[in-house]
Amino acid sequence: MMAGDELPDVPAVTAGTKTPLEDDPALRDPAAALVVAPATAGGAAGAVDVSAREIRWEYLRLLLRSPAFLIGAVILLWWVVCAVFGRAIAPYNPVAGSLLQFNQPPSSAHWFGTDSLGRDVFSRVIVGARDILVISLVATVLGTVAGTSIGLVQGYFRGVVDNVVGRIVDALLSLPVVIVVFLFVVAVGASTITLILVIGLVFAVIIARTVRTAVLQERELDYVAAARLRNESNVHIMFAEILPNVSGPILVEFTVRLGYAIFTIAVLSFLGFGVQPPTPDWGADIANSSQYLAAGYWWQTLFPALAIASLVVAINLIGDSIEAVLIQ
Amino acid sequence: MALYLLKRLGLALLTLVLLSLIIFFACQVLPGNPGRAILGPFASESAVNALNHTLGVDRPLLSQYWTWVSGIVHGDLGTSYQFRAPVSTFLWPALGRSLKLAAVAFVIVVPISILGGVVAALYRGRAVDRGISVAGLSLSTIPEFVSGVVLIVVFGLALKVLPVTASAPAGSSFPTQLRYLILPAIPLVLILFGYIARMARAGTIEALDSDYVRTATLKGLPRSVVVRRHVLRNSLLPTITVIATQTGYLIGGLLVVETLFNYPGLGRLTVTAATDKDFPMLAAGVLVIGVVYLMATLVADVLYTVLNPRIRLQRAE
Repeated sequence: MMAGDELPDVPAVTAGTKTPLEDDPALRDPAAALVVAPATAGGAAGAVDVSAREIRWEYLRLLLRSPAFLIGAVILLWWVVCAVFGRAIAPYNPVAGSLLQFNQPPSSAHWFGTDSLGRDVFSRVIVGARDILVISLVATVLGTVAGTSIGLVQGYFRGVVDNVVGRIVDALLSLPVVIVVFLFVVAVGASTITLILVIGLVFAVIIARTVRTAVLQERELDYVAAARLRNESNVHIMFAEILPNVSGPILVEFTVRLGYAIFTIAVLSFLGFGVQPPTPDWGADIANSSQYLAAGYWWQTLFPALAIASLVVAINLIGDSIEAVLIQ
Repeated sequence: MALYLLKRLGLALLTLVLLSLIIFFACQVLPGNPGRAILGPFASESAVNALNHTLGVDRPLLSQYWTWVSGIVHGDLGTSYQFRAPVSTFLWPALGRSLKLAAVAFVIVVPISILGGVVAALYRGRAVDRGISVAGLSLSTIPEFVSGVVLIVVFGLALKVLPVTASAPAGSSFPTQLRYLILPAIPLVLILFGYIARMARAGTIEALDSDYVRTATLKGLPRSVVVRRHVLRNSLLPTITVIATQTGYLIGGLLVVETLFNYPGLGRLTVTAATDKDFPMLAAGVLVIGVVYLMATLVADVLYTVLNPRIRLQRAE
């Protein structure tokens, strides 16, 4: 479960890739400029590494001081643990119920009660964390990598391609993202792979737009001109010179998109086009059990709903804290 | 100004054409073989071919697209695979019901979120501000069906104050119908509250920090007069744009809310069409959602231009 473990580390790793010497920090984050100022004023080449590390620590320290970030991180960590060790934590088999125990209200034996097939709701909630986390993470990583590459090329070369791509993107985004994803998942047929590819591609398009905007500002700066004069290749300029300087917006975009990915997957599962049964899944479980709500079996629906709510709120608390730290 | 509006309208039309191409691609090209999809894996090849011929999906793509688009321009949205009847007989009544639900949500969300944003701005940096901002942000990220479920449990089952379905019994009075729509409208309200409140807050803060507000304060006007006469007038301009844009989103959110509350609107029609692989119905549903969304954005842009003298006059030059 490498993928799951990576989540909490993201801020530290990516924030560190900023290289202050080539950066013009005052443009984007005055806070960082304060940190860099003494080091660059000295002008010693050796100071660069130190200040890069200092900035990384400064970001991390600011994040760890933010209560919103800590709350989000703890909740996310809990769901990551559930995703990795779900089967070991769950007290019952989440897919096999005992038919004699159906529709049981919460009790000491079944903390969250049982569903209409006698399956333990607590176990299903625990194990249900896995698919939604893995799919949303893989889709968001795919979208970020593809979107960053497209955005770099688009912003760096501009021209006709940029215009045409821009028009198509605007048309695509003239619909709410959930509906675009819904349309394509329905058309291709729901499966884990489809979900990842469709969400990844739609996000790539959106992220490309953000990256393109950032690149448009960067490409006019002196360090890009200097690199051109040094006769560096376009690929080198895009990925080694410009990319580190637009990593801030990309990181923020990544966390925002991760939240949307979870939102979208939950919605699609609820509509019946997400993770396919009998695998435990929060959205699908809510869809199945919400028809029994009127009969009073609230626990079958409420607990998966709270699980989704806690996960999206956690991601957004984290994303918002990162954005506040990077941009303030 | 007129030129700008004309340009903006042209852009909207271009987007609409691209949108129709995207929807056509998704609903007619990607699914591959509609006959096979409808009849299932065990139907004979000749039956599938015959059905495909009846549906007209064995013709060249360009001709299919042309038939579809020219039909829409003439008000013919196609024929439903599932019901073997014109899509429009189902779609327009459903859209009407959806707009009713959206209107209820709209009437609730606009005053509440503007108030929330302005209050947050006036108490900037204090607990009230942080509370409103964090709550708005968190609520806007929770899927509608999740908050809907919680609302059903709390207000429908525990407190028993509101009905848990959206459709009032046939022939009930307008207030009763309204009462049935409140619970389904709230998840939409919760999603939009954060966006609109954030915009209202940003606009109010910008106005509060401006020179004219400082002047008004320094010349001795009471705080309430400053806020009413100088701050609010200037702060709500960007908010109006966001509200108009979000109307489009409201229609999109109906997909989920109508499914949860079993409300026979456009959203549920589209989801049912998707489940039944009724592609003409699905295409029409998504297209109508797209048109509503585009129109909302267009109205937002035009309103912004018309209401903002700076842009209006600048464009006139």
